[in-house]
Amino acid sequence: MTEHRPAASIEAVESGLAAQGYIASRQIATAVYLADQIEKPILVEGPAGVGKTELAKAIAAWRGLKMIRLQCYEGLDEAKALYEWKYAKQLLYTQILKDKLGEVLGGAATLHAALDQLHDFGDVFFSKEFVEPRPLLQALEQPAGCVLLIDEIDKSDAEFESLLLEMLSDFQVTIPELGTVAAVTAPIVILTSNSERDLGDALKRRCLHLHIGFPEQKLEERIVESRVPGISQTLRKQLVGFINEVRTLDLKKLPSVSETIDWARVLVLLQASELGHEMVKDTLNVLLKYESDIEATLPQVSTFVAKATRQNVFG
Amino acid sequence: MRENLHRFFRAARGAGVRVSPAESIDAMRAVAAIGFEDRGILRDTLLLTLAKTQDEKKALGACFDLFFARPQPSQAANENEAAENAEQAVSEQSPSGQSEQGAGAPSSAEDMSALGPLAQMLLSQDRNQIAAAIANAASSVNLSDIRFFTQRGLFSSRILDELGIRRLRDDLDDMLASNPALAERLAMATERLRDDVRDTVSQALLLYGREEAENLRAEILRNAPMARLELRQVEQMRALIRKIARRLRERYSKPRKRPRRGHLDVRRTIRRNAAWGGVPFLTAWKRKHRDKPRIVALCDVSGSVAQVSDFFLLLIHSLHEVVDDVRSFAFSGHLIEVSDLLEANTPEKAMGEIMSKVGFGSSDYGSSLADFEKLAMSAVTPQTTVIVLGDARSNNLDPRADILKRIGERSKRLVWLNPEGRTAWGFGDSEMPRYATFCSVVRQCATARQLERAVSDIVASYQ
Repeated sequence: MTEHRPAASIEAVESGLAAQGYIASRQIATAVYLADQIEKPILVEGPAGVGKTELAKAIAAWRGLKMIRLQCYEGLDEAKALYEWKYAKQLLYTQILKDKLGEVLGGAATLHAALDQLHDFGDVFFSKEFVEPRPLLQALEQPAGCVLLIDEIDKSDAEFESLLLEMLSDFQVTIPELGTVAAVTAPIVILTSNSERDLGDALKRRCLHLHIGFPEQKLEERIVESRVPGISQTLRKQLVGFINEVRTLDLKKLPSVSETIDWARVLVLLQASELGHEMVKDTLNVLLKYESDIEATLPQVSTFVAKATRQNVFG
Repeated sequence: MRENLHRFFRAARGAGVRVSPAESIDAMRAVAAIGFEDRGILRDTLLLTLAKTQDEKKALGACFDLFFARPQPSQAANENEAAENAEQAVSEQSPSGQSEQGAGAPSSAEDMSALGPLAQMLLSQDRNQIAAAIANAASSVNLSDIRFFTQRGLFSSRILDELGIRRLRDDLDDMLASNPALAERLAMATERLRDDVRDTVSQALLLYGREEAENLRAEILRNAPMARLELRQVEQMRALIRKIARRLRERYSKPRKRPRRGHLDVRRTIRRNAAWGGVPFLTAWKRKHRDKPRIVALCDVSGSVAQVSDFFLLLIHSLHEVVDDVRSFAFSGHLIEVSDLLEANTPEKAMGEIMSKVGFGSSDYGSSLADFEKLAMSAVTPQTTVIVLGDARSNNLDPRADILKRIGERSKRLVWLNPEGRTAWGFGDSEMPRYATFCSVVRQCATARQLERAVSDIVASYQ
């Protein structure tokens, strides 16, 4: 499980992720395989709750790599994402070394001589010792490589996007005082976005672009099966069928995979073996997150349940 | 196959997917890793590497299907073989037929050697070979340069020339005298060849010519007066307006780099460096605050201006990322606020509702402006741009230019967009010259191009 070489085939990726409980569609598996083969970051877009972040976690678990996560937000800058100088430590060291300074400069007769001697010490205070690595730099320093998850990149500012470009294309960052730090082992980089704002072309150009939408019915059933083991086959089918019907409505927030799984867990907890009107009505708030959405769905519940159960008979 | 991929990139560009050289290199590398065996995976791979938005993925998927829609050669070969086998079987079953043909057969073999290569190929009925020949001819006449449907005939005849149609015609003439039966077969095969070439050219036009054709249509539409569009053009115009909105969004939604240099912000510097005993390791600079545009739009929805107002409102309300705050008002005889209507409904429905409320009346600018002053004068602040869209034809009623003057004084800018041409201003019941004195900018706004320019300028003034 801790093999380090790129995955052998798309099927290997699929089964590897499945072993971690992540059922990937073929497109997702292809993207992960390609990212490995041509060493490119993956930019994952899609509605909330379809498993974008989960994908990174699954890859990390499958490859046995450390996962480093950088959560983006407005105002995130390089001091928090890349590196920072340990100012306090620098200050402390100068205080402690003050006395030493006299000894070092003791032999110097003139100011120039003293300066020359000081120069010999070089930039001790701007060395690796005093750099506090933040997620991006940490990711480059991992000797075994890692999975770097840059979460919700669309929440960050446009400036931060430009900061990422060097990192994404060459897996290196430049620290003015130290020079360029290249990755020991190229990390697997996953960026996620909820398409809250359009990302720049420069960023997109450097990535494989993967769109994860709502899964097909069959795939979703498999996902529920792997995530909620105790669920009966009948209920699983009906539940997924019902949710697919709900997704055809015009709602503020459509239920996504995470809601499906939550709902399945709730139903299992309530020891349901089949979908019933009353039970659906009572637990609808697990599935839908807005009052207006629930109101819009309530009148349709009976038809949807009927449809889902009928599907089951034929399917 | 590399050649094929290059052609596919060209086709992708034709389908409106921007493929940069770097992306095509990535795609090449990805395809090299994946191979050509599985068409589904190849499709996914190209979609992953080339298309960068959902729309592009859709366009590229369609393009892929079209591009690789040619019949599978192996399958065709099988059919051929089957057909040949059947023929053989028939000839074996009927020895009498064979004897009849026997006289002709040797002579046709002689003829074959005298024929040109194309005729030989056609008579041998090797569809694979023919398809390959057409493909070769197509690439040697640069079929992928095709842009307009009027070029179809030209490219077809060029490909046929390249294939050697002239020699074929001579052969056919010769044969007509010597071997009419064979000539007939050849003539039929030639017809089929022509059909194949025509199909190839049509497909190429679909693949490579789409962008150009679309551009041409958009260009015409862009310069057409918005007030007089046919019904089917209205939909296209809406699509065009959405495209314009996207372009403006892309241009203005990214905040330009704020000036880093300037005055030291002492308060923030001290606060930031408190951890180090006030030794200023980090400096904080005063930043210029940049407003997002605030817009108050007043739109005439009477008669001929209604259509233009429709597009204008659609454009303004598609600029969410760029424009902070839009309040729209519609008027003809009197004025109402329509911002909520436009936010809550689709543009078509909203416009229908607006029209049923205030539309189709004869316009009265005076009382509409008075309504505005009563209703929403407080919305006009020194950061606001007020846009009035109308022809300023007030049916000889009191224009109340004094209210417009007050609006102009309160606002950052007062822009008047008039769908009528400059020459018509001031004639008949047009009050344009009187209003114009209080406006910061007055411009004509009859076509989509002018509309884009006007809105772009307004948004740019906030950057």
